[in-house]
Amino acid sequence: MSTTELGLPALRSGVELVPALAADAPAQTGKDFTSDQEVRWCPGCGDYAVLKAVQSFLPDLGLRRENIVFVSGIGCSSRFPYYLDTYGMHSIHGRAPTIATGIATAREDLSVWVVTGDGDALSIGGNHLIHTLRRNVNMTILLFNNRIYGLTKGQYSPTSEAGKVTKSTPMGSVDQPFNPISLALGAEGTFVARTIDSDRKHLTGVLAAAAAHRGTSLVEIYQNCPIFNDGAFDSIKDRDTKDDAIIPLVHGEPIRFGTDGAKGLIRDSETGGVKVALVADVGEERLLVHDAHNPDPATAFAISRLTDAGILHQAPIGIFRQVERPTYDDQARAQINTAIEASSGSPTQRLAGLIGGGDTWSVV
Amino acid sequence: MGSKQVKQLDRVIIRFAGDSGDGMQLTGDRFTQESAAFGNDLVTLPNFPAEIRAPQGTIPGVSSFQVHFADHDILTAGDSPDVLVAMNPAALKANLADLHKGAAIIVDTHDFTARNLAKAGYDVNPLEQEGALSDFAVHPVDLTGMTVAAVKEFGLSRKDAARAKNMFALGLLSWMYGRPTESTVAFLSKKFAKVPDIRDANITAFKAGWNFGETTETFVVQYEVKPAKLPAGTYRNITGNLALAYGLVASGVQSGLPVFLGSYPITPASDILHELSKHKGFGVTTLQAEDEIAGIGAAIGASYAGHLGVTTTSGPGVALKSEAIGLAVMTELPLVVVDVQRGGPSTGLPTKTEQADLLQAMFGRNGEAPVPIVAPQSPGDCFDAALEASRIAITYRTPVMLLSDGYLANGSEPWRIPDVDELPAIDPAFATEPNKVVSTAADGEETKEFWPYLRDEETLARPWAIPGTPGLEHRIGGLEKGDGHGNISYESANHDLMVRTRQAKIDRIADSLPPLEVDDPSGQAKVLVIGWGSTYGPIGAGCRRVRKAGFHVAQAHLRHLNPFPKDLGDVLRRYDKVLVPEMNLGQLSLLLRAKYLVDAIGYNEVRGLPLKAAVLAEVIGGLVADAEGVDAELVAAGLANKEDNA
Repeated sequence: MSTTELGLPALRSGVELVPALAADAPAQTGKDFTSDQEVRWCPGCGDYAVLKAVQSFLPDLGLRRENIVFVSGIGCSSRFPYYLDTYGMHSIHGRAPTIATGIATAREDLSVWVVTGDGDALSIGGNHLIHTLRRNVNMTILLFNNRIYGLTKGQYSPTSEAGKVTKSTPMGSVDQPFNPISLALGAEGTFVARTIDSDRKHLTGVLAAAAAHRGTSLVEIYQNCPIFNDGAFDSIKDRDTKDDAIIPLVHGEPIRFGTDGAKGLIRDSETGGVKVALVADVGEERLLVHDAHNPDPATAFAISRLTDAGILHQAPIGIFRQVERPTYDDQARAQINTAIEASSGSPTQRLAGLIGGGDTWSVV
Repeated sequence: MGSKQVKQLDRVIIRFAGDSGDGMQLTGDRFTQESAAFGNDLVTLPNFPAEIRAPQGTIPGVSSFQVHFADHDILTAGDSPDVLVAMNPAALKANLADLHKGAAIIVDTHDFTARNLAKAGYDVNPLEQEGALSDFAVHPVDLTGMTVAAVKEFGLSRKDAARAKNMFALGLLSWMYGRPTESTVAFLSKKFAKVPDIRDANITAFKAGWNFGETTETFVVQYEVKPAKLPAGTYRNITGNLALAYGLVASGVQSGLPVFLGSYPITPASDILHELSKHKGFGVTTLQAEDEIAGIGAAIGASYAGHLGVTTTSGPGVALKSEAIGLAVMTELPLVVVDVQRGGPSTGLPTKTEQADLLQAMFGRNGEAPVPIVAPQSPGDCFDAALEASRIAITYRTPVMLLSDGYLANGSEPWRIPDVDELPAIDPAFATEPNKVVSTAADGEETKEFWPYLRDEETLARPWAIPGTPGLEHRIGGLEKGDGHGNISYESANHDLMVRTRQAKIDRIADSLPPLEVDDPSGQAKVLVIGWGSTYGPIGAGCRRVRKAGFHVAQAHLRHLNPFPKDLGDVLRRYDKVLVPEMNLGQLSLLLRAKYLVDAIGYNEVRGLPLKAAVLAEVIGGLVADAEGVDAELVAAGLANKEDNA
């Protein structure tokens, strides 16, 4: 066995090879991305807010509508593509990343998006999610995390807190939940972020950064299910509690939160991890400065562990990690282009050469 | 040829057998290439354990390669070897029962030690036991000892030196049958170019084996099998997996679509992935996915994006892909699903052949999910079958099952290389414009929309609009869609219509198929033998025997299992009796009985090996006797007098 130098293609924006709108084309609006289909989520569902945010954000990309593809799996959020006037596929449970991988690898000129949920991405599709992340295929994955199974009417999900009483766990769930951010970081994710359905501004900012990233961008969106898990994210939405619940991550800035910025993150010399401290106790200079571009994912992972695994009272929000690494699809296409450049003759001539190669003999 | 006596033969079956580590597959393959270059017709049957290295010297560790070569066209790898080359006691014991009386055994005596005899389950050395091998012409030769002596000068370890014994054996057999040796010397020079000692030792052992044959008194006869008179053309020897991979490359060229293979390694299909990964110069993408499902998922995505999506697997992989195949049925996207069948169920017999996935291919999905099925009948035919599967997939916007099997995959035959200018063109006919007038203004100006499920009247295929095409943005998915516009619909009448329409589209494929070819040379046959897949050879050989004995029998072989050719029912009804030999418990029989209400009689074996021509000839003979009112014993006697030469 041997390895070979792959010759890393220059890194580009996530949408650099996707055709932009003509300069004289009329400006796009959210309406241009709204299909004629009636939206059928429950009243008050967080999915409405995300759909609106995405519809209003897409014009900012300045891309031709026909070069955008949304792929989803199965679940409430996976109805998303039907409501967008782009190309789209509502596929099968857990497999959207595989289909998106095929699309993104086949075509460099498409902006590829995956819409998935906590059950779709982390339970039935867990394998595909981690492998897509490690390959770093150029796509943006929007993972709607409501910590419950909605479409099947209320069973616990792989992000539900232990002890959760649901239809399938009347005595409380004995499953340990996944932390999607920790999982994505462990799977070699190059862009890992978390945002909230109700914070349009933050959500839009993260979407813009995710789309600009070349490679797999994983965006976990905390999303409220008003029917089966209402209030799961109240602590980070409630005016009275959110300052103490949200740990905002901004690249290059000290990580500070709480009322009047009284709290912050510092290195924990005992565990090698990161912990919350009172700024008054430790001093501003000891606060951890967020570095999303750190090639070592250890600190980002340590920060992700500050998310409550049980009922949510505290969670870091923002871009945990954004590093550059060659994408699977760019490299796969580069190998093909290299091979094509090295070939001569028409495809038919080359086919004749291929099938007529090897040891041959003639019968007259 | 040397100074020895030369005897003419019209055909020979040789089986090389040894331990998994003895290089028997390579030895057999080289002998095959030499025979192909010489111009014989040939058919091969590799047979090896699933373990990469089963315990050395044991029966489960025996690996063999059978080659049948002839001066006329032949159809099978042969029922029973004329020559067995056995490299150890286990190889002798495992293969002895397959030999006919009078067969020759060339045996390497070196490994017939007490320990190895015990490992093979021999209490007494059969080479020394009175009468143990008296039915055969036994040639005990110390192949290993002579190999070690011959390569002494290269200073290899004893172990490395002994490893060249397969080349010594190849050299000896090459002498015995007058095979040309140049290609093997060239092959070894290239294969071991980086390790000159090993290269030289192998070439020396090969030549030493040849020289031993020429000088020893152990072998007094050399045999000659003249080149076969095959149809004019340029030939190469080819395995089914290689031909299938070439067929997929050709499908890309003929359709103008880049081929995209999403696949997960699985025996016996992996060689197709390996081969296609070499052909990036044709724009072929190969993605080795994290699992079977991801493989087909990526292929479906690529098809949606305008490539020819392909996934390759074996039976267990098809089981995993079933839900995704259903998605491709529902979204009506082109997709070629290659199932190189192996023994099942579950992990089954990974390296052995079987054709028990027909009903899985036909029905193995939830809901009414019809999928066309195409099957090749010989290794070389895998090329044409792959092109045909692609034609159907692209033309009708549907997943297509291509059912090869382990015997076709690894077996080989001379293949007449087709003229690429005569290969069929395949038109993807992408949609480029809106196709549905939704309103007409007073001035006559029409407003058009794109309806992804508005169908072609002739084929019932839907338009294939790929991302990047302006104005045709649309959504598809696994939910039921409304007729024409394709929006989600749960309406009951619509579902009934769509289920029937998807079935009707697959049925329409039959309009594009040629009539079934029936081989009934006398035109007087009352018995029809019909099969599919790799049983073509044994069935054909069985029919030849029956005809040689003076009886009448017709043969037909199905390339298309779904839909069937339109005239199949008429063909079946023309004969008094219909025999369906299969390597399963009667899957095609079941389909024929269900669809045509004919009394299809099955002949079924699931032994992991191809059917035997002699056995089939007996079964056919029995039916012929019955149908023609002849005494069955007379027919049997007639068959017994006819030597199998196919």
